[in-house]
Amino acid sequence: MSKFQNKGKAEMPELNTSSLPDLIFSILFFFMIVTSMREVELKVEFKTPAGTELEKLERKSLVSNIYIGKPTREYRVKLGPQSRIQLNDKFAEVANIREYVQDERESLAERDKPYMKISIKGDKDTHMGIITDVKMELRKAWALSVVYSATQR
Amino acid sequence: MAKGKRKVPGLNGSSMADISFIMLIFFLVTTSMDTDRGLHVRLPNPPEEQELQDPPKIRKRNSLIVNVNMNNQILVTQGEKQAVEVEISELRTIAKEFIANPEDKVDYPEKHAVELPAPFGVQMVTDKHVISLQTDRATNYDTYFQVENELYGAYNELRDELARKTFGRPFVQCTEDQQMACRQYYKCMISEAEPRTYNQH
Repeated sequence: MSKFQNKGKAEMPELNTSSLPDLIFSILFFFMIVTSMREVELKVEFKTPAGTELEKLERKSLVSNIYIGKPTREYRVKLGPQSRIQLNDKFAEVANIREYVQDERESLAERDKPYMKISIKGDKDTHMGIITDVKMELRKAWALSVVYSATQR
Repeated sequence: MAKGKRKVPGLNGSSMADISFIMLIFFLVTTSMDTDRGLHVRLPNPPEEQELQDPPKIRKRNSLIVNVNMNNQILVTQGEKQAVEVEISELRTIAKEFIANPEDKVDYPEKHAVELPAPFGVQMVTDKHVISLQTDRATNYDTYFQVENELYGAYNELRDELARKTFGRPFVQCTEDQQMACRQYYKCMISEAEPRTYNQH
């Protein structure tokens, strides 16, 4: 009768999904790039102790790492099996820590400086001597907020 | 002879999305965001000359000395009592008893009336107690860590009990102010003495 009469069933238009894979792929690539594996090449081996009273590290940009452990196999020949300290990409001595802390602190924004944290990633089998030396240096450098990195038990 | 161009059959790409979804989920699961966990501690200020010469006096009853020797044995000296060797598993109970002093015993830390944030008001707390952790240079880091873990665990358990009693929920679910109040009720007083090398003299 009228112009607007339904001409039978209206067919649902099909959705074009051909671009969906591309979309998912770009999310995939995003995640692959964003999840950075680890920034520094480790030259010491460490297995952190297991604890129960652990807290998460909130803002990773505020955290500087100090690695303490046995040198990896390729360096062990040269340096022996004694525990060593690694700062950034190279082996360091206890005396270098203060400088390292100052550099790390300088790299932070002014308002973040008081919240700087030092994460000590120490090997289970390390002796306390080296750890206490490091702690003493950290105290002298006024880096008093320290985290002993560990795994949840 | 070829009859002109042959038509290439269209590839069905509808499952491509599923495949890439699976890959996406795989990467999401496997690449751990490197969640770093650890025991948060606060180091004391750098030592001053004067402090080294005459260390602050602590009354005997207020001190709990935990000594870990080079053989990773733990020796606990509480106040005037005889030093006893303990296992790591016992340490938490000992520390809790010492920090809280629930029965107000004379050989446990003395209590003082201290103004605390609401809702506590003025409370009797053991604000002068000190747990002193002493290690040898040859002590194992793992043992030291376990001892620290137990000591901090003692504080955390006490705060949790307090939070449950006062606010009716666990410490972790309390608001920031409530947590702060609980922290001040049981103030963390772990002092780490400079290490000694006993086997040298």
